[in-house]
Amino acid sequence: MKLDDKLFLVRFNTDKLNHIKIKDPNVCLKQCEDKPCTRFCPAHVYDWDEEEKRISVGYEGCLECGTCLIGCPFGNIDWKYPRGGFGVSWKNG
Amino acid sequence: MENFDVIVVGGGPAGLSAALSAAKAGMKTVVIERGDYPGTKNVMGGILYTKATDMVVPEFWKEAPLERPIIEQRIAMLSGDESIMAGYRDPAWGVEPFNAHSILRVKFDSWLAKQAEKAGVLILTETLVEDLLYQDDRVVGVRTGRAEGDLGAKVVIIAEGVNNFLAVKAGLAKPLKPQAVAVTVKEVIALPKEKIEDRFCLDEGQGATIELYGDSTAGLMGVGFIYTNKESISIGVGAILDPMIRNNWTPNDLLENLKSKPYVKRLLQGGETKEYLAHLIPEGGYTSVPKLHRQGVLVVGDTAMLMNSLNREGSNLAMISGKIAGEVAAQTIKTGDVSDQAMTVYETRLRDSFVLKDLHHYRHMGMFFEKNEHLLKTYPKLLSQAAKMYLSADGTPKKARQKEIIKMAFEHRSKLGLIKDVYGAWRALL
Repeated sequence: MKLDDKLFLVRFNTDKLNHIKIKDPNVCLKQCEDKPCTRFCPAHVYDWDEEEKRISVGYEGCLECGTCLIGCPFGNIDWKYPRGGFGVSWKNG
Repeated sequence: MENFDVIVVGGGPAGLSAALSAAKAGMKTVVIERGDYPGTKNVMGGILYTKATDMVVPEFWKEAPLERPIIEQRIAMLSGDESIMAGYRDPAWGVEPFNAHSILRVKFDSWLAKQAEKAGVLILTETLVEDLLYQDDRVVGVRTGRAEGDLGAKVVIIAEGVNNFLAVKAGLAKPLKPQAVAVTVKEVIALPKEKIEDRFCLDEGQGATIELYGDSTAGLMGVGFIYTNKESISIGVGAILDPMIRNNWTPNDLLENLKSKPYVKRLLQGGETKEYLAHLIPEGGYTSVPKLHRQGVLVVGDTAMLMNSLNREGSNLAMISGKIAGEVAAQTIKTGDVSDQAMTVYETRLRDSFVLKDLHHYRHMGMFFEKNEHLLKTYPKLLSQAAKMYLSADGTPKKARQKEIIKMAFEHRSKLGLIKDVYGAWRALL
């Protein structure tokens, strides 16, 4: 089963405010060759945009696990919880 | 600013247990929860242990939304398409006083929150706590994301879960490291109850668990799991973040890898995936436990890294730590002394209980597995080859076959290596 199909099953109360920021896009471009965030995020929130030469962040699909905050080798992801009442809302848990 | 005796940050098992015990001791208590209601942000595998839960809500099984009492626990080691299994079954675990149940956290946590409300706890939902409030060096409440959202308290109990933002800000904990967390993903897959009971050989209503090692995590340090719910199966896989990154795995690919194993595939056949979930599990063990208290503050549950992964126990450690914290908060407030010194009672009581005793007992385990990444690659393969050779009736005399097995084992691992592994495991686990 494809990840996109699985994410389609998740219930979100999407905030218009983005709760994730890349601190310095230059770090992704110049220092981070491997870009592990594009793999370790269980929701594939992070994707390398080859045209724009930056990590694109699909914060709307964030499952709020916190992996990115710990996994980014440059500590370059500023990940917080969404505002109260927003974000993922599990049906089963 | 509204004032409380006790503010609990986070409505999971640890926070709700803390609030319940504080309220029962007469404290004006609020739980601040960022979700729409306690449960909607919460994920675990999910096994709930009877004894610990009973200490928080006596005879909870008569009312609580539980899935199935666990009467059988299996361990499987996967090697390619092959598997080796061991298990323990006792139908007596299917009736009172039980040992453990499978649960789904959205249902269970919301029920637990209602018990807290009945005991007088206020549940403030859709509210994110952003920081603690200080007066000089004293913690006097919390700052929430709401307008004019400051709330005062004599004691704040931090039950924010594995992502320990507040505990770090308060100088109690350190930011988590990729070696100390397991990234875990899970699917809840709907299946008719008759199918579940047939496939797992269960009587009506009974439940079973399977933990899977080896190729279930593609040899990464971690574990796969399958738990039976009433009309669904929870299947998941967790692996330590650091090796997952180094080996270029994505969590969902690991889960799909597990689901594709012949033995697993057959159990799930015909099921329909209802939800895909992700969560971090604190795996740092004893040495990662933060400072558990300061003046006016206690740290509980996952935030305190109270997780015994070998025995797959976490919810019970969370609930007991919460219960004790609620009691200590009430006791210190009543005596009018919430100093750091007075709060040490909490740590002492955790040390006297199984919670910190078990973590201390397994204190070498994390390092042992971290330094021996071959274990979950070598041994599942070695053991299944040994089993296959032993069980193959191909005309080879048994004495010669046994010699072949020993020879094969030493091809996988040198004599010295085997001795080192056994000694290391003995030291780490016993």
